[in-house]
Amino acid sequence: MERALYDYLLRRGDDSLILSQRLSEWCGHAPTIEVDLSLANLGLDLLGQATLFLDYAASMNADVHNADALAFHRDAAEFRNCLLVEQPNGDFAQTIVRQFLYSTWQKMLFDRLAFSKDPTVAAIAAKAVKEISYHADLSADWMIRLGGGTDESNRRLKAGVEWMWRLVPELLVADEIDNELITKDIAPDPASFETDFMTKIAEVFAEAGLDVSPLPRNFASGRRGYHSEHLGHLLCTMQYLPRAYPDAQW
Amino acid sequence: MYTTELQKNPRILPVSTEAAEQTVAFEARVAGDEYIEPKDWMPEAYRKTLVRQISQHAHSEIVGMLPESNWLTRAPSLRRKAILFAKVQDEGGHGLYLYAAAETLGTSRAEMIDALHDGRAKYSTIFNYPTMNWADIGAIGWLVDGAAIMNQVPLQRTSYGPYARAMVRICKEESFHQRQGFDIMLHMAKGTAEQKAMAQDALNRWWWPSLMMFGPPDDNSPNSAQSMRWRIKRETNDEIRQKFIDATVPQAALLGLTLPDPDLKWNDAKGGHDFGAIDWEEFNAVVRGEGPCALERISARRTAWDDGAWVRDAADSYAAKQSSKKAA
Amino acid sequence: MSSDWPLWEVFIRVRGGLSHRHAGSVHAPDGEMAMRHARDTYTRRMEGVSLWVIQSNDIIASDPADSSALFEPAQDKIYRHPTFYALPTEVEHM
Repeated sequence: MERALYDYLLRRGDDSLILSQRLSEWCGHAPTIEVDLSLANLGLDLLGQATLFLDYAASMNADVHNADALAFHRDAAEFRNCLLVEQPNGDFAQTIVRQFLYSTWQKMLFDRLAFSKDPTVAAIAAKAVKEISYHADLSADWMIRLGGGTDESNRRLKAGVEWMWRLVPELLVADEIDNELITKDIAPDPASFETDFMTKIAEVFAEAGLDVSPLPRNFASGRRGYHSEHLGHLLCTMQYLPRAYPDAQW
Repeated sequence: MYTTELQKNPRILPVSTEAAEQTVAFEARVAGDEYIEPKDWMPEAYRKTLVRQISQHAHSEIVGMLPESNWLTRAPSLRRKAILFAKVQDEGGHGLYLYAAAETLGTSRAEMIDALHDGRAKYSTIFNYPTMNWADIGAIGWLVDGAAIMNQVPLQRTSYGPYARAMVRICKEESFHQRQGFDIMLHMAKGTAEQKAMAQDALNRWWWPSLMMFGPPDDNSPNSAQSMRWRIKRETNDEIRQKFIDATVPQAALLGLTLPDPDLKWNDAKGGHDFGAIDWEEFNAVVRGEGPCALERISARRTAWDDGAWVRDAADSYAAKQSSKKAA
Repeated sequence: MSSDWPLWEVFIRVRGGLSHRHAGSVHAPDGEMAMRHARDTYTRRMEGVSLWVIQSNDIIASDPADSSALFEPAQDKIYRHPTFYALPTEVEHM
């Protein structure tokens, strides 16, 4: 098994899976029915991406049967998602900030991942990038509306940014797994789109009436399995049935 | 998902000669299988009955998201999660289509939602029961959506155009809902002993409330005749309940599960099943808002709506600023 | 009463070559969001390739009370329809 690629697939799959799980918590509880439907569409897209990446990862590992085994039978320390996506929904503003930051970054990553030397990765990314493009636009639209809406929405948006901002630097780190795949032209270097990413953020923040703070020091290393306190609780809920009844097929 | 008529029809007031003539013409159009469209003249009682029926139906869709989304975050496989996510999202869409159909009758969605939240409007009794285990999601799809389909298919030809068109779209989208529920039941019933026990438990709890979904017996449903004449109801409660039971009995047998009714048996003479007495006292209590999850359901809907108020206001305020900028 | 966004009507072109057809409505604060809501509500099953949205208040509809004046005068203009004309049998297609 190619260890680096396997880990990379977990990172991509887990990001999408965990964010999808968060979005599913909104289902039935959004500010309007239309927004409920929008968030569900995002969640379903992400769940589809997660399934494709995790299935591919499972196909490389003789010890795991399929994507479900990876999604439901790993503990928090084995998850490889970034800390941004596991953050609680908070209010709608916090959810939108998380979505905007992640989708904007994911879009730029997947634009490049679609040209991966690994044909399966390239195919998954090429399909996903159309979905992500919509996620990035929709969440940017909402950033601008909340920022320029009422005093309350502006205040809540700022609080959302304050919560999420510390988790942005993790997205820009390349570690030895990335580096190995960058050398093989399987994955892009996050540094290659860092400027584009920060420019896009600055553009939308400006329209939303937000200041761009300097990026703080990175404390997050979800890619190595060190997570916030939130992930364990999310997994308790998500994994409860398959873990309580390991012999069952659903 | 659907709701049956739960409130009394409005009293029909004495009308002027002119309105009486219009009423005769209206009744003739409906009897001639014509569609009534939003701006057409219609008797006030028809309009009110429709607003109530369509908004109840819409409320049922929206409240109906809650017992299912209760298990969305705990769906046991990625495939089941995707299916349930799409299904619950569909319910939201169906609520949206139905609210929009009711809005063509001169009410607003906000008015209807307020009526739901302050208890003036009803929704289907079935959603006031808790989903306790994963098989409940199967049972809801199989039984509740199965019951809904039976009622909704004929409503595609209901007399009010926007309602009929909403029902066409809903029926098309719901075609997978019952099947996914039966598929869950099938996996559970053929699964481990624990799974089979969950499936039987779910069936035990959902069977009788599902039969109650069709509404009170015909001899206690005095408004049916007018609704049938207006084509906003196409079959009587008892007819459709019988049809549902006859369709479901062999499916339960196929699953190897037992329907929780010792009196259930085939009656050759009537060409249908006999079944035990439905506890209408329970039904009436749930209609009165005393169902086991009634408070949870309304509280969840109110919280979502109230917590969303600042979002709706913000977007309105942004739009107003943009259009005044454009005008300047 | 609590507040909700204005109502918009949604029209979908099912596929190239067909005209847009009314699909339903959504609530949205502005045209851009109405377009997103229309997409998220009405095209989840590949129902279309193009969308129009228009605020419901901006639609000017004919009054059913005027129907006889508006539509009945067309009834006796049968010469507008090809079937009005008898062709010699020798002319197969025209």
